[in-house]
Parts: sequence; C-alpha cells; structure tokens
Amino acid sequence: MEVRVANVRKEFDRFPALHDVSLDIKSGELIALLGPSGSGKTTLLRLIAGLERPTRGKIFFGDEDASQRSIQERNVGFVFQHYALFRHMTVADNIGFGLKVRHGPSRPPAQEIRRRASELLDLVQLSGLEKRYPAQLSGGQRQRVALARAMAIEPKVLLLDEPFGALDAQVRRELRRWLREIHDATGHTTVFVTHDQEEALELADRVVVMSQGRIEQVGTADDIYDTPNSPFVYGFIGESSSLPVKVENGEIWLADRPIGLAAPHEPSGDATLFFRPHDVELLDGCSGCIAGTVAASRRVAGTRRVELEIGGERQRVEIELPVDHPAAQKSRVAFRPGRWKLFPAT
Amino acid sequence: MTTAPAQAGWRFRQPSVIPGFGLTLGFSLAYLTLIILIPLSGLLWRSAALGWPEFWAIATDRRTIKALEISFGTAFIAAAVNVVFGTLVAWVLVRYRFPGRRIVDAMVDLPFALPTAVAGIALTTLYAPNGWIGKLLMPLGIKVAYTPLGIVIALVFIGLPFVVRTVQPIMEEIDKEVEEAAATLGASRFQIITRILFPGLAPAIVTGFSLAFARGVGEYGSVIFIAGNLPYKSEIAPLLIVIRLEEYNYPAATAIAAIMLALSFVMLLVVNLVQAWSRKRYG
Repeated sequence: MEVRVANVRKEFDRFPALHDVSLDIKSGELIALLGPSGSGKTTLLRLIAGLERPTRGKIFFGDEDASQRSIQERNVGFVFQHYALFRHMTVADNIGFGLKVRHGPSRPPAQEIRRRASELLDLVQLSGLEKRYPAQLSGGQRQRVALARAMAIEPKVLLLDEPFGALDAQVRRELRRWLREIHDATGHTTVFVTHDQEEALELADRVVVMSQGRIEQVGTADDIYDTPNSPFVYGFIGESSSLPVKVENGEIWLADRPIGLAAPHEPSGDATLFFRPHDVELLDGCSGCIAGTVAASRRVAGTRRVELEIGGERQRVEIELPVDHPAAQKSRVAFRPGRWKLFPAT
Repeated sequence: MTTAPAQAGWRFRQPSVIPGFGLTLGFSLAYLTLIILIPLSGLLWRSAALGWPEFWAIATDRRTIKALEISFGTAFIAAAVNVVFGTLVAWVLVRYRFPGRRIVDAMVDLPFALPTAVAGIALTTLYAPNGWIGKLLMPLGIKVAYTPLGIVIALVFIGLPFVVRTVQPIMEEIDKEVEEAAATLGASRFQIITRILFPGLAPAIVTGFSLAFARGVGEYGSVIFIAGNLPYKSEIAPLLIVIRLEEYNYPAATAIAAIMLALSFVMLLVVNLVQAWSRKRYG
C-alpha cells in the first residue's frame, strides 16, 4: 500500500512538533525515519498510524484519505520500542488478538487463528513457543512476537517505533538482518523510526532525515552520505569536519590564504566548508592547503584520528590517518580535502 | 570457626552485603510473636479449655451460626460492592484530570481516619426512618437502619479505601502503549477494557476485595450503631463475642472467636493462592 503524507502539521499544546511535512512512500518500500531526539520522527510515525491526529494536512493510504479513519479502521501494524505485549496472554493469544477482536464474518474461526499464529511464529523463528507468556521470553524474542502480532492482521502498512532500541548491540544487529529478510519475503510497506544512522543506512531502501520537525532530506543511503543537501545532514550522517571559509572569485579562502580549492559556481561571501575526516589528501609543502597544529591524536579502531588547530582562531577539525602514517608524529600537518561541500554561512 | 564447604541445597542464611540479618530477623520474629502469635494462641488455648462437645454445642448454636452468617455475608456483599465502585473511583482518579481531583483523592482516605463509631452514628442518623435519607426510602418500603442492609452500608463505607488504594497504583502503572497496541490491532474501546485492562487489574482487585472483606468481618464500631443488633436478624459475630464476655462466659466468647479466626484464615489462604497463581503466570 502506497502512503502519502501531505502537508501535515502537528502541534502539541500549541508547540509545533511537525511543520508542514510531506512524504511519499512507495508500495513495498522499507523506509527509515532518522533524526535526533525531538526531531519529530516518532510523531510522524504515530500520525501515520492514527495514534495522533494531524493539526493540519492529510495522510493517504493509496487514494483513500486515512486521516478521517480511526486507528481501529486503519489496519496498520505497529511495533513499539518496549514491545507492549499483553502480559496476561500467551504468545499465541498475543499474536491472535487482532483476529479475535474482529466481529462477524471477518473473524476467522478459532482453529484458523491458532494455525495462523503458529505460522507467524515460524516466520519469526520462534516455533514451539505458543504456550509461553511474555515474561518468559528474552527481549529479542519479545520483539519478534510483537512483530508477528502486528503482521497477523495483514496490515496495509507496518510501522516500527525504534524497534531495536531496547536491545543490546549484538541482538540488534541480528534482528536488523532478520527484519530485512522478513521484509523481502512478505513485501509489506514498512516505515521504521531510529536514531541509529547505521541501522537506517544499512536497512532501509530510502532514508528520511529529520530535524526539528522538518524533513531535511530523503534519499538512498548513497544519496544521503555522498550528496547531503544541508549542513545538518552533512554533520548528522557519518563523521564530518567543518571550517568557516570565504569564497572570492571562485576560490576558497581560509582566513587570508587560498586553500587550493576552486568553487567557480559558488557566490562570493562567507561559507562553511564540510568534508569527511577520512577523505583528505596530505601535503608536504603548503602553497594552497589547510595547515594546522596537532592538538590531539587518538587511535580509533583501524585508523588514527588527529585533531588539528587551524589558524589564529584555533578552529578545530578532525582528520583520519592510517595508523602508521608518519604525519601523526609531526607537530604540524598540511592537507586538502578530497571530496567536500560548501554551504553558505547562516 | 570452620569454613563450611559449599553445599548443595537450602541454606539458612543467604550471603548478602547488607549487614544485620541476624538482628533484624530476630527482632521481627520476637515482635510478631509478641503482637500476633501470643494473643492468637491464647485465644486457641482458652477455647481449647472447652471440651469438644461443648465447643461443638456453641459452634452449632443457632444464634452463633446466624451471627457468623450475618458477619461474613454482609462483609462479602460490601466487599463486592466496593470492588465495583472502588475500581470506578480509582479509574476516575487515575484517568481523568478535573478540578478538585486532589480533594476527591484525599476524601477516599476519610474512612481510614474517621473513628468508626463516629461513622456509625453519622450513618445511623442519615438512614434512620426519620433521617434525611431514611425518610426518602421509607415510602419505598426500604428499611436501612437496624437491618442487615444497614450493616452492608456501614461496611461499604469502611471498606472503600482498601479497594481504591490497592487498585489505584496498579492502574497508574498500566502502560499506555499496551492500549495503543490493542487499538492498532483493531480492538474497540470496550474490548480494550474487558480484554486488556481488566485482566491486568484482576490481581489488585482480588487483593482489594480480600482486604475490604477482612476489614468488614472484623468491623465493630460503625456497625453496632446502625445494625440495631437484633439476635438472629442483625447481630454480628464480634458483637456476640462482646455479649458473651459481658456475661463472663469466656469459653463461649473464645470459641466464637476461634471459629472466626479459622474462617478468616481460610479466606486469606485462598486469596493468597489465587495471587501466587496469577503471579506465576503473568510475572
């Protein structure tokens, strides 16, 4: 099912949580809402589910205006961060709940519900745990049950709110791969919220980066990482360093020296230069480069991260060097960013 | 001093970083013995002074049986009424925000604080045939004061806070997400209450019921004013005990007390078993 969010605004007690957000989600797509806390990603998810009502704007499921429908009628599967399983019901009863509460002919017979529950348990790799209670399961198992419960009603959309947030790192990685497999097997349109960029970039077909109640960028992992369209996205996704610079006649100047980067299409004036710490070219001499004093040097996994103080204002930037690179011993390092991006200073 | 080898099985003292296990356990046992165990065993001792046939004669005396029936019957009805309306009061206090909520919340505790005799006198004045409420009920043929119905009303008054205060904290803990999950699965508001919320509250409701019931069975002060205390009709067992005491018939008094003790013990045991069972299932 295609989902379209059209100019939605949401206020809580007059405080805006979402400003005029629009988003098209394709049928069968696995999409991630990524952003820091308070960016409105969970609010957007809850609006799609119908757990909140938009202050303005509409949400369409296919061609149908879903904003007029109650939660019960929307037929969405929602998975909560803290599972929200029914403690007094067995695993099988939890999964069958959505079918049992139906009325009249749409409610399958008890036998069919039981069969469907164990089928879903097979799908989430928990066969044979029908009779257990949620208290007898581990966190990862509970979240699988929660997902099976959400899928039992054959939802139009599957919505997951930080589904792996409460689990430890290893279980998390495992479930991530597993969710991808389930999505590929079942083909549900799926939206999940996360603040973990690794999770979003690895798992999703497309990532929606949000900040302060607005969508900053929508794109594939490559789009988001390689061509960020705002300083926020550049800073939020992956490692980044930035420097205040000046553009003059198509050349980039740092303080009173050109740094050897041409920007022929940028307007003259103050700007901020963004680059990835690992994507730099080290130079020996310095005629047109960025040079700085080594302020700190840390070993991080396979690389060495060096912090430099640049110029009279002692702006700090980080670059990454190979572990055994001689430059790390020096007191002064000169470099030029490989791939970089300029954003006009605000 | 010998270091005991690590043995499998039960050990009297679990290793713990918190000191004072011996002292606190010793004090607790001595205290409980002094406050509860000695008086209760004294009671059993005194009633054991009666021979079995005499004990049986007192126990099966029609007046004793009637008094026990009235005590346990009215306490049961009152506890049942309190479960329904106490849960409702707790629901209103937990779920809604309205002006005066704190005052209502504080009011629930009044029956705890009020001397029971005061409550009894106040209720009697209200429900007596010439009282404010009694006057209105009289033409309908409903007599409250000086009947078992009056006892029930007094016990409802006394027992209400027990239900509210046991159910309220559990209700506050209910995760909103669980209700939302049920709603996204298509459950109506009514289905959420009956299938999700109520089963979750059931253990607390059972506890509240048993507390209100236990309190009702032992209540004396408020009841004797409104009950009228007619033997075979509205005489409660605690009053019968007092009557026997005033007749210096100590064995009979302790015999009735021992029966009450046994019945209450069985009740509490059943309630505890129900709770242990539900804890084991739902964690």
